[in-house]
Amino acid sequence: MDAATAILLTIVTAATPLLLAALGELVTERSGVLNLGVEGMMVMGAVAGFGAGLLSGNPYLGILAAILAGMAMALLFGFLTLTLVTNQVATGLSLTLLGLGLSGLLGESFVGEPGVRLPKWLGIDILIPVSFILVAAVSYVLFRTKIGLVIRAVGDSHASAHALGYRVILVRYACVLFGGACSGLAGGYLSLAYTPQWVENMTAGRGWIALALVVFSSWLPWRVVVGAYLFGAVYILAYTVQTFALGIPSQLLLSLPYIATILALVLISASQRLTRSNAPACLGQPFVPDR
Amino acid sequence: MTDNGGKNHLLEALHIVKTFGSLRANDDVSLFVRPSEIHALLGENGAGKSTLVKIIYGALQPTAGELRWHGAPVTIASPAAARKLGIGMVFQHFSLFEALSVAENIALALPGAFDIAALSQKISRISKEYGLPLEPSAIVGDLSVGERQRIEIIRCLLQEPKLLIMDEPTAVLTPQEADQLFLVLERLAKEGCSILYISHRLEEVKRLCQSATILRQGKVVACVDPRQETAASLARLMVGGDIHVVRAKAKSQSGKPRLVLDKVALKQDGPFGVSLRDISLAVAGGEVVAIAGVAGNGQSELFDAISGEKLLAREEALVIDGKPCGRRGITERRKMGAAFVPEERLGHGAVPAFRLSENVILTRYASDKNLTKSGTIGRDAALGVSERVIKSFDVRKGKPDPEARALSGGNLQKFVVGRELDRNPAVLIVNQPTWGVDAGAAATIRQALVDLARGGAAVLVISQDLDEIFEIADRIAVISRGQLSEAYPASDLTAEKIGLLMAGEHEVKEERHAARA
Amino acid sequence: MPLVLEKRAERSTRMALLSPVIAIALTLITGAVLFAIRGIDPLHGLYVYFVEPLTLMWSVEQLIVKATPLVLIGVGLAVCYTANVWNIGAEGQFTMGAIFGGMIPVLFPAWQSPLTLITMLLFGIAGGMGWAAIPAWLKTRFNANEILTSLMLVYVAQLLLDWLVRGPWRDPQGFNFPKTITFDGWQLLPMLSGSIHLGALFALVAALILAFVMARMLKGFEIRVSGNAPRAGRFAGFSRPRTIMFCFLLSGGLAGLAGITEVASVVAQLQPQISPGYGFTAIIVAFLGRLNPIGAIFAGLMLALSYLGGEAAQVSLGLSDRIAKVFQGILLFYILACDTLILYRFRWLKTQVSATVQPAE
Repeated sequence: MDAATAILLTIVTAATPLLLAALGELVTERSGVLNLGVEGMMVMGAVAGFGAGLLSGNPYLGILAAILAGMAMALLFGFLTLTLVTNQVATGLSLTLLGLGLSGLLGESFVGEPGVRLPKWLGIDILIPVSFILVAAVSYVLFRTKIGLVIRAVGDSHASAHALGYRVILVRYACVLFGGACSGLAGGYLSLAYTPQWVENMTAGRGWIALALVVFSSWLPWRVVVGAYLFGAVYILAYTVQTFALGIPSQLLLSLPYIATILALVLISASQRLTRSNAPACLGQPFVPDR
Repeated sequence: MTDNGGKNHLLEALHIVKTFGSLRANDDVSLFVRPSEIHALLGENGAGKSTLVKIIYGALQPTAGELRWHGAPVTIASPAAARKLGIGMVFQHFSLFEALSVAENIALALPGAFDIAALSQKISRISKEYGLPLEPSAIVGDLSVGERQRIEIIRCLLQEPKLLIMDEPTAVLTPQEADQLFLVLERLAKEGCSILYISHRLEEVKRLCQSATILRQGKVVACVDPRQETAASLARLMVGGDIHVVRAKAKSQSGKPRLVLDKVALKQDGPFGVSLRDISLAVAGGEVVAIAGVAGNGQSELFDAISGEKLLAREEALVIDGKPCGRRGITERRKMGAAFVPEERLGHGAVPAFRLSENVILTRYASDKNLTKSGTIGRDAALGVSERVIKSFDVRKGKPDPEARALSGGNLQKFVVGRELDRNPAVLIVNQPTWGVDAGAAATIRQALVDLARGGAAVLVISQDLDEIFEIADRIAVISRGQLSEAYPASDLTAEKIGLLMAGEHEVKEERHAARA
Repeated sequence: MPLVLEKRAERSTRMALLSPVIAIALTLITGAVLFAIRGIDPLHGLYVYFVEPLTLMWSVEQLIVKATPLVLIGVGLAVCYTANVWNIGAEGQFTMGAIFGGMIPVLFPAWQSPLTLITMLLFGIAGGMGWAAIPAWLKTRFNANEILTSLMLVYVAQLLLDWLVRGPWRDPQGFNFPKTITFDGWQLLPMLSGSIHLGALFALVAALILAFVMARMLKGFEIRVSGNAPRAGRFAGFSRPRTIMFCFLLSGGLAGLAGITEVASVVAQLQPQISPGYGFTAIIVAFLGRLNPIGAIFAGLMLALSYLGGEAAQVSLGLSDRIAKVFQGILLFYILACDTLILYRFRWLKTQVSATVQPAE
């Protein structure tokens, strides 16, 4: 493996959790729901994945647990925002706060434990090809199938979709759960493959960056890939430069992904044409059908 | 009921009751539709028409009562179930998706395989066959209201319905487009499709329909053959008494212009907005000028430009009482004596969650000195104004100082109009003054507008309701695609001429004009 | 679904008062269940967690000390969220307040005068305001999502503090520990009583002033309209960008003030960790207080209790103090769920209705 390939691979490795989480949130948002709890679902996925892997010794069970944990958090979010019609922004925030607190408590005994590691396939984490497949599948379903059309329709006008007889709430529950599964998987990737260990708050804002990526991608799956790899590159740049000890404060390098996120948001938001044309019209709007 | 022939009815709705909380929207309503007939469902806003058809279309479930299809009792659990039976519906507020294409919109209403390419061909064929031109790949947000209605109609036709429900279809059409629609409907009826035609426009019901069921306050008041009735007798049945006619039409002699628009131009906002081009108009004190037009031709943009919610490039583009103010905000324009009533009552003209007294402060904190005292709000003063408006406009409410959203549409509209009239403004601009308002409130509001003008103010009314315009306007201009026609004296205009202007007759002239220059 | 939500005609005033009470009660019940699962007598557990801290003088003082930053930040956020402006980066503004205010004693350790403290406080406010101005400006100028930008700046601020206390501002006599010199004299806030410092008074005054502004002043009216119905706000002639900027500067300034009061009292120096997540917990304070500044005082005390209870549970029950964060998260969920009842009521959908329309076969 030459140096370029090696660098590329580390970038892809660093980008995959962002890609998975952003892809799930993209589907959620396409159905008109804004779930700001990605960070919370992700960190719960990380702790559940690590714990299940450690206790069973089987990393695949760990991944399964990560997905289920993300979905359980998403279900809680869905129940509040969809059934009880609570404010989506506030509920998403509280999902993150709860996830960070709960994972800290649950993971207390895991700190310092050596975890299990997801096996590699031809030197690549198996979740990397899975992420490729997922991008293609989401892209296909969203734009080439009736199911995807219904999801986009519900996100564009829930009133019209309801008038045509579509079960808006049901579609949104499904999309929220898919988002939770993807975030959980992303968390599991962190604690079972990327750095196979449990550290409190180990997601370190990646869930929030994933949210920014969805805006950056203007709700198009293939652009999420571009965005995620750009951010993967920023992470790798930060770590690589650090090892050269050029006298640049490590804190400055560590803050690069966050600063890059802000810059990316500014650039993409300033171009109204990009953000407005694809933004689901009902994003964040509550829906209560009259009966 | 007039007849109850059982099997020879396509649809029977028997003793339908629907309650929302304490409101009985439908109270023992029965309706019979024969095969191949165009059946009118007549009634005022709030009479319960929409509720009844939503029940027939499966979008609402009745609290009590029974539906029969071909004589057999049925439960219509959802719109999908209705479509399966052969019931199609064209909504008044279209159930379309702006970000999706025409073909995708139609695919969403069709069961079965998902094949956009094949569907697009089918759409092209049907649209040609019925004279309803449509481009399947166009994005709905870019289309005109008339084109959007065509999508709804074709969406229904593709399912070969036996009953087509049309909810106020001509409200958004020019008279010529409406005539075109009537031909399509008559042809459909001839081909064996029954049509349930909801309207409050009596002339078109008389022309189109073979029978009519008339609703008032949730109850059936009559079942008649509209061809045997006069418009006046139908109106009496609908309203339940004689209709209030606006008095004092005698126009005062033209005063000097108090509101002048000089070549107002405004770039469109967002992908689906309308740009305003070269709009010029002068409204004199003492007169009511109306701007007619089909929805979505720049009315709300024009309102924003005059109110100052959107600022203009040139100060001289807008002159109120001789003072140029194109680049000044809405607050300054209010201080100059202008008052504004927007189309949307809830969320624009009033804050839904605020009490009426707080909503007084919303538009009057700057122009009424006694409503604010060194930065604090004078709550008693606001309450006083609110009570004065409630009294003089007969606003009905459940409790003292309720939240705006608790009022009915008509009562809130009376409040929002009354709040501005109470200031005795020099210039008043109203967008859709009686949209979705019951006849009683509409008459009150129209009378108040005319009275204000006769008192010397300049009144500009933007409306889609031609009956309303002819009732109150001294002069009429027409807006289409962001361009305004000349303002003609109301007595010189016919509905036909307005229809031609709505379709853009004046635009063509201007283009030629521009080409020459 | 037999149980459906039905919109109320008006918001229910009764539920508006009851909902935080119900939410707290549900949290206590959940807590009892959690204790029972861990094999702890639920009543004893609840007593240790939520009651015992209130029975001792020193812990009541601690309660007020911990509530001080929570209320200071929480009232600002309450105003923000009322305006539908989502500043969730208060933790970062808190940190910048601490850095800017702490700059004075670090750079001028010998300056000892009442003016020192005043300068520190003003610098702290300015630091928080400046940091909050960034997301506000990005929002008004570029329409960049303020939730994400303000949150990203939390990480940046924390890393900046980390760099400062490990690098240029480290105490040369500090045995290489990552911390600055210890503040003393006029570099610290005067005490009011016991361990309660002047910051508590700041919090109380801030809450009272903001309560008056929001209820009685035109500025408060403008903020409420802007959050409730932005289109109506524009119709009223209120500028949305101005409201966004105002809310960010106000909440950022208060968070900055909280930051400097915290390091000029409890912490008494700058170090990598200066807050157990006050800036995030204050989000819960704002919501539990019904976005009302006076409500935020009670909510701040309640959440301070959850921190103290966590410490008590660690000592007396052998539980982790992380349980505090879990209680806080659960509490916020319950508040949001209960708030539904203010605008909606539950109604059982009668299913026998359709029986009359069934085909008679």
